[in-house]
Amino acid sequence: MSGLLAGLQPAELMQLTVIVPVVGAFAILALGRWENLRDAASLLTASCLFYVVYRLYPVVAAGGRPDLVLMDMVPGLSIRLTLEPLGMIFAGIASFLWIVTTLYAIGYMRGHHEENQTRFYFFFAIAIASAMGVAMSGNMLTLFVFYEVLSVSTYPLVAHHGTDEAKRGARVYLSILLTTSIVFLLMGMIWTFTLTGNLDFVKGGIFKPDQLQDPLAGILLALYAFGIGKAALMPFHRWLPAAMVAPTPVSALLHAVAVVKAGVFSVLKVAVYVFGLDLMAATPSADVMLYVAAFTMIAASLVAMRQDNLKRRLAYSTVSQLSYIVVGAFLAHPDAAVGGAMHIATHAFGKITLFFCAGAILVASHKTEISQMRGLGRKMPVTFICFMLGSLSIIGLPPFAGMWSKWYLALGAASTHEYIVVAAFMLSSLLNVAYLLPIAIRGFYSNPGPEPANAHGDDGHGNGHDDAHHVPSTVSFGISGIEEAPLFSLAAICVTTAGCVVLFFYPDALFQLASQLVAP
Amino acid sequence: MTAIYAYFLTLPFAAVIEPHLPVLQVVVPLLCAPICVLLRHAKLSWLWATIVTWLVFFIALVLLGKVLAGGLIIYEIGNWPPPWGIEYRIDAANALVLVIITAIGAITLPYAKASVEKEVSEPRIYLFYLMYMLCLTGLIGITTTADAFNLFVFLEISSLSSYVLISLGGSRRALTASYRYLVMGTLGATFYIIGVGMMYMMTGSLNMADLATLLPAVDHTRTVLAAFAFVVVGLGLKLAMFPLHTWLPNAYAFAPSAVTVFLASTATKVAIYALLRLVLTVFGGTDLFNVTHISLMLVILAVIGMFAGAFVAIFQKDVKRMLAYSSVSQVGYMVLGIGLATAAGVTGSIVHLFNHAVMKGAAFMAVGAMFYVVGSVRLDDLAGIGKRMPVTTAVFLVAGLSLIGTPVTVGFISKWQLVQAAIELGWWYVAAGVLLSSLLAIAYVWRVVEVAYLQAPPEGAALRTEAPVSMLVPMIVLAAAAVWFGIDGDTTLRLAGEAANALMGAAQGGKP
Amino acid sequence: MQGIVDAFKPLHDLWLAFEAFMVGPGSPGLFGYWMVIALMMTGFYVVIAHDNLVKKIVGLNVFQVSVFLFYILMAKITGGTAPILAEGIKVYSNPLPHVLILTAIVVGVATTALGLALVVRIRNAYDTIEDDEIQAVEEEEDR
Repeated sequence: MSGLLAGLQPAELMQLTVIVPVVGAFAILALGRWENLRDAASLLTASCLFYVVYRLYPVVAAGGRPDLVLMDMVPGLSIRLTLEPLGMIFAGIASFLWIVTTLYAIGYMRGHHEENQTRFYFFFAIAIASAMGVAMSGNMLTLFVFYEVLSVSTYPLVAHHGTDEAKRGARVYLSILLTTSIVFLLMGMIWTFTLTGNLDFVKGGIFKPDQLQDPLAGILLALYAFGIGKAALMPFHRWLPAAMVAPTPVSALLHAVAVVKAGVFSVLKVAVYVFGLDLMAATPSADVMLYVAAFTMIAASLVAMRQDNLKRRLAYSTVSQLSYIVVGAFLAHPDAAVGGAMHIATHAFGKITLFFCAGAILVASHKTEISQMRGLGRKMPVTFICFMLGSLSIIGLPPFAGMWSKWYLALGAASTHEYIVVAAFMLSSLLNVAYLLPIAIRGFYSNPGPEPANAHGDDGHGNGHDDAHHVPSTVSFGISGIEEAPLFSLAAICVTTAGCVVLFFYPDALFQLASQLVAP
Repeated sequence: MTAIYAYFLTLPFAAVIEPHLPVLQVVVPLLCAPICVLLRHAKLSWLWATIVTWLVFFIALVLLGKVLAGGLIIYEIGNWPPPWGIEYRIDAANALVLVIITAIGAITLPYAKASVEKEVSEPRIYLFYLMYMLCLTGLIGITTTADAFNLFVFLEISSLSSYVLISLGGSRRALTASYRYLVMGTLGATFYIIGVGMMYMMTGSLNMADLATLLPAVDHTRTVLAAFAFVVVGLGLKLAMFPLHTWLPNAYAFAPSAVTVFLASTATKVAIYALLRLVLTVFGGTDLFNVTHISLMLVILAVIGMFAGAFVAIFQKDVKRMLAYSSVSQVGYMVLGIGLATAAGVTGSIVHLFNHAVMKGAAFMAVGAMFYVVGSVRLDDLAGIGKRMPVTTAVFLVAGLSLIGTPVTVGFISKWQLVQAAIELGWWYVAAGVLLSSLLAIAYVWRVVEVAYLQAPPEGAALRTEAPVSMLVPMIVLAAAAVWFGIDGDTTLRLAGEAANALMGAAQGGKP
Repeated sequence: MQGIVDAFKPLHDLWLAFEAFMVGPGSPGLFGYWMVIALMMTGFYVVIAHDNLVKKIVGLNVFQVSVFLFYILMAKITGGTAPILAEGIKVYSNPLPHVLILTAIVVGVATTALGLALVVRIRNAYDTIEDDEIQAVEEEEDR
């Protein structure tokens, strides 16, 4: 295997990360008529992409920063790819989880008898390509370009079902993302460019020492923070719950990993490479954004508690967790930045597991509301165990990956004496416990209560035989009463759950990369 | 470009023809147009018009190459030295505009063949191509000439022929649209000659370069002030500057599709160029820019136009009409650049002139193709058009994204430049206006996208019934150009920057 | 006979006073320009205010004619003759605006012809040439 692509320079590999999914997308389109071939192409593309990213890892870990200037887009600004540790983390996570999600999606889409699957896989690949572009971008312009492509290419995925509800959700999704990015982010970028004549990501920031003072610094920072709508800072978070009308694999990979992480990734990039942590620390008004993020963290958790729809609850949980990373960026402390970077990875594994489980429940039992899931854990033990473990990781308990990132985030907050933020972290973790754990616990311990009249025939207290008639693609292991999701999906859930544990015991690679980010 | 010029020099007779290229640009289509009447045959006159327009396009490219290689080209008609004789003067600005209009003119013709056969009755088709060539002549003439009165003559040639072209549209609404355009257009052109007459009274000259040197001495007089006002309003009517735009939506909506493509991408653009030339070059040395606060007025009108046009577009049921209102909005961007009156602003204006020609051309071509197949472009009739005509709808989508100004399309480049120009001046609220107005574009573009992709095609509608290849290829070319120049915005921005310098540098003051 | 003339004398004096006021001291030519403006505004008003499409064209013509006059006036020099090269002629009008306006007249004729042709077609299509009636029909269609 090591011989494969051996002749390629890192810069060329970097281009490949964008090219491979695009080529894959068109292969998927071409093979659309043959279901199995198409899905195989999808898997193959995902594996190739991960391999390419994997080949880049040693380069970055050794301190290499592959750089590639493609062409001038406007005078003085080029399309530029540069790979640095943060991008490496994001690209690694997204590309690995793409393989898993593809596995999952094959099971889900077939089990759920979705239409327009070719279109689905096509845009999925395009979205991943643009997420890779975001990860590799070497200046703000490149990042913006891929960021917008990501917004637009995920629109058809969100609107996939084509129902009025899907259209409405997709409309909210696209309008908020485009509005924030075009009005705030673009404005901030051009303003920065006018001031500095440069938008490259430079260690320590691109502003000259005395160039930027309050209130302009604060305004610019706010333009960036709100402009990167994908980071879902309140009040621009509504698109994320709205995006939950999408099929679950989309919610899982894109709206727990690729898209939202592209958002917080951009925020981190802006904090570290455009403003620079020193400038952020010296800017009093940066605190305003810090408190906005802390507020979002708490408020979104509170809203999550009130959601009965599982995917919406998870979505609000994501909004809250994203703000952890934004807080990490705005604390302007190395530890916090490391924590934020690690949280990108650890939260990704945790949240994708939860979404996978939500989708598995939907496929196997057609249940979307939490109140309907009492006792469901006995029918779907694997799913609910994994859900439990994923929840624990999100909460940040050992031995799960989520602990590390929260540790560093809290450490950073304590070192900067932002005790309000420390308190917010603690409160938010408690709220996590309150809105995540009961789902799994009720699934196991509650007896199925009297079911409200449900549109679906399977009402929870059947023994599974006539359910199997409705949903032939589920796995029953031959044990009466067990009614799991398709095998492909189940395997994916197990992989990501394992990831949560593995990252607890072997966080070294992740930590090394993250600390390179802030190393002098 | 320079390579094309070098190639041209290797052709036989190049040495003889080369000095006369500026005038050939105008004379060739003018003299070739009447031949259509002799041909009196639909297909033959189409072929003839196509050959001629592509030839003119080639000349324009050669001229641009020559300008980029050697700077200003001056051609004295009949060897009468200016300011007595009429002078043609080609610099980076009009060379670029020439390339834009001849390119659109050339690429519209292959598209027009099928579309016109469907929408115009057979015995009139040869007249259609006659008028098409005359209109092109007029537009080229406006762009080439350096004589203020000569500009009026060409303005009327292009206007008269475009009234005829519009009236050839299928529905009776085309007649009234054409009539209203005729009244408004004539008023505008007449306003323009009143202004020119007043300039002549004060200076005794009609040559633009000459005027530019003579006007500053008399710029305190009320006559010159009035001349300035008449010229701006007159040209404002022709370029559909808000609130003088009322003729535009119906004229575009009811003209034959090919005409809409052609006019939307060229006619208003040429009027914008004329305004730029008059305001920046002819009046560039005078103090009028400050005295009249024209900058502020233009910026305010531009911003209102940007919002009003886009807002009205959202509520249109007819896609063609929707795009027409979007044109009103987009003209606002170009006027804004003129109003900013800095090199960066004018560059933004010119680059948007190019970019908008490309994207609106593609959008109207796509809509025209839908009309060709479906027979209507009302939103209700376009349900599921994305499945019925995938390529056409994809082209529309690209053009629509470009209207919004998403990156990787030309619209983004224009917006970048204009916002940057506004921020450089510290007018951040104008910059915010530019960005906010593009949100309205999302609304109207997405209405079509939802209908096209998320609604099921009506029962019995044939799937995958595309328009003929002759229509598809031009629109794909334009859509590809919209993406290509969206990525490689550097090239167009540099050209536009040179054009802006040519326009502003031609006046001694440079900066007003 | 003289009696009648005398009867109008006050009116004539008034007119002369008005003319003097309009012309202003020392510049003989402005009166013409006032007439141009009056004509121009008349034409403009007709274009805007009348619903009859033919009348609009007439208004447009009046408007354009005022501009022709404007050009001719500006070329006029007091005491000048036609610009013909002949013995003993020293002062003559500027011929260039005359030539320009010949072009403009041609343009005006073409516009009028085209406009009237359109009115004929509109009459055939709508059975009316009143703008308000046409607009009512069109608003009905738009709905």
